[in-house]
Parts: sequence; C-alpha cells; structure tokens
Amino acid sequence: MTLRWDVLAAIIGMALASYLCRAGGYAVLRVIRPPPFVQGMLQHLPGCIFVAFLAPALAAAGWPAMAAGAVVLLVQAALRRLALSILAGVAALWLLRLAGLG
Amino acid sequence: MDHAGGFTRNGIRRGLKAAMAITLGLSPFGLVVGMTSDQVGLSLLETLLMSGLVFAGTSQLVALQLWSDPAPVLGATLACLVINLRLLPMGAALAPVLDRTRGLRLWGTLALLVDNAFALAIAELRAGRRDVGFLFGAGFGMWLNWMAMCAVGHLFGNALRLPAAHPVFFASTAAVLAILVQLWRGRADLQPWILAGAVALAVQGAGLGAPWPVLAGAFAGAGFGAWRDGRRQA
Repeated sequence: MTLRWDVLAAIIGMALASYLCRAGGYAVLRVIRPPPFVQGMLQHLPGCIFVAFLAPALAAAGWPAMAAGAVVLLVQAALRRLALSILAGVAALWLLRLAGLG
Repeated sequence: MDHAGGFTRNGIRRGLKAAMAITLGLSPFGLVVGMTSDQVGLSLLETLLMSGLVFAGTSQLVALQLWSDPAPVLGATLACLVINLRLLPMGAALAPVLDRTRGLRLWGTLALLVDNAFALAIAELRAGRRDVGFLFGAGFGMWLNWMAMCAVGHLFGNALRLPAAHPVFFASTAAVLAILVQLWRGRADLQPWILAGAVALAVQGAGLGAPWPVLAGAFAGAGFGAWRDGRRQA
C-alpha cells in the first residue's frame, strides 16, 4: 500500500479538473441568465450528447456491434427494462461472435 | 432553504435502484480502469484514491495511457479537463432540478455527476420529477459500483485476462443505448439526433480524438434543434 507524492499530486490535479467540469456549467448558469437560444439548446443537448458519443463508438466496433446495439434499442423500446436490454445486447453480440461472425 | 421535495430520502432510494438496474452496464468499465491502473504500476491505494476522487472513466484511461515516472501531473490534469468538458453542458441542462437545493447537497451532488446518472436524471425531469436526491442516489450508487469494480480489476486483472474485444465490454455501450431510448421524446428528436451522430462521425473521420467528436456532434445537433424550435415559434 504505497502512496507516492507525485502520484497524489496528479490525482488531485485530475480531481480538481473533473470537478470544475461537473460544477462549472451549472455555476455559470446561476450567474448569467442564458438567452432563449441557449435554453433551447440545453433542451436538446442530453439526447444529442449520447448519440454523438455512440455513433463513432459503434462505427469503430463494426457491424456485429451495431446489430447487437439494434437489439438493445428494440428490447428497451418494447419492455422498458434497462438490465434486460443490456443483457440482451451482450448476449446477441456473444452469439454473433460464437457463430463466427465479426 | 431547499424547496419542498427538492432532496428527499425517497428520491435517493429510487436513484440507487436506478443505478443498480444498470450494474451490468457499469461494471466492465471499472474492471478495465482497475486493470490498466495495475499495469502502469499504481498501488491499490493510489488506484482507489484516483477512482474515488476523479470518478470519470474515460479521462482516467487516457491519463493512465500517458502515465510516466514521475507521474505526469500536468498531462493527467489536462486530460481530465479536456475529456470531461462534456460534463459542462450536462450540469447546465440539469439546472431545473439543481435549482431546488443548495449548499453541500447541491455542490456535493455535482461531484457525483456522471454520464449515466445525468441521463437517468433527465428522464426523471421529463417525467415531471425534480428531486436532486434521485441524482445523488444514482451517482452514489454508480460510485460504489465503480470503486468495487476498480478494486476487483486491480486485484484480479491478471487472473481474469479478458481480451479487449470480449462481448462483456459491450455492456457499457449497451447501457448508454438503452438509456437513450428513455431520452427519446418523439419525432422532433430525429433530425437533431441524426445530425449529432453524423457530425461526430465526420469529426472522428477527420482524425480528431476525444472529446471533440462528442462535443462537436452534441452542439451541432442541439444547435440545429434550438434553431428549428425558434423558427416554429416565430
């Protein structure tokens, strides 16, 4: 169980930078009343952030991952159970790999 | 003072339950970070301290990939700053919820803000529930899972030896996909979402790494959505 000072310094720097990102957006919004366009953007941001995160990840992972992703979307849309949808996606990808695809 | 119902015990409980529901989606990423941390030579104490205080997997992975001796203080800090920029608009978008509490409850809950907890909290907000306790419970539940999995990855990573392409690592992508279904509000979301994905792909194709594809895609899609909504109202 060692704790080096240089490692601790790096960890503290990383933690402060991350907290700045977590709290900063809201802190600014408390002081400045954003114009309607920015308020409109904030309504659309949540979905767009995740789509922008997923599209490159799935494209890089190839078509078996995209097929498994489609399974997740369908199961979640039909049953609305997060745990089940995740399990279905992992199982679908596992089966595709087992069948020698991808 | 807090608004009535701004931070309730019931909300915390429901947040914890929501985090538990995606345990399978959260766990593999913690394992990977724990394993990587072991590989670059960090002790278990250092690993848990980093994961507990930073609690942002992608930025930790990037920082660990550029780890050196002595530790890269500036490089690791900058990696966290740049990669976690995507959390800035998330905190802002949660303002209608966060405005209902203050002090330690407010700024402490923000310390636990992560992507999945954000998405679940937005789904709650859209269902008409504005309980900061839910965001805290979800974030804290994810933090507990994160700490446990980072420890397991650090201790048993060598024994597990899972290849990077193992289907179990798809679980974290699957979790985000499933939560995305909950964020879908209807046809009006289609065009902004397609634009967000297309711009993210284009920026990645141009050779830019994290966080630029996410940020460019998110702001392009959301900007288009806001512009279109403004025109409809006019």
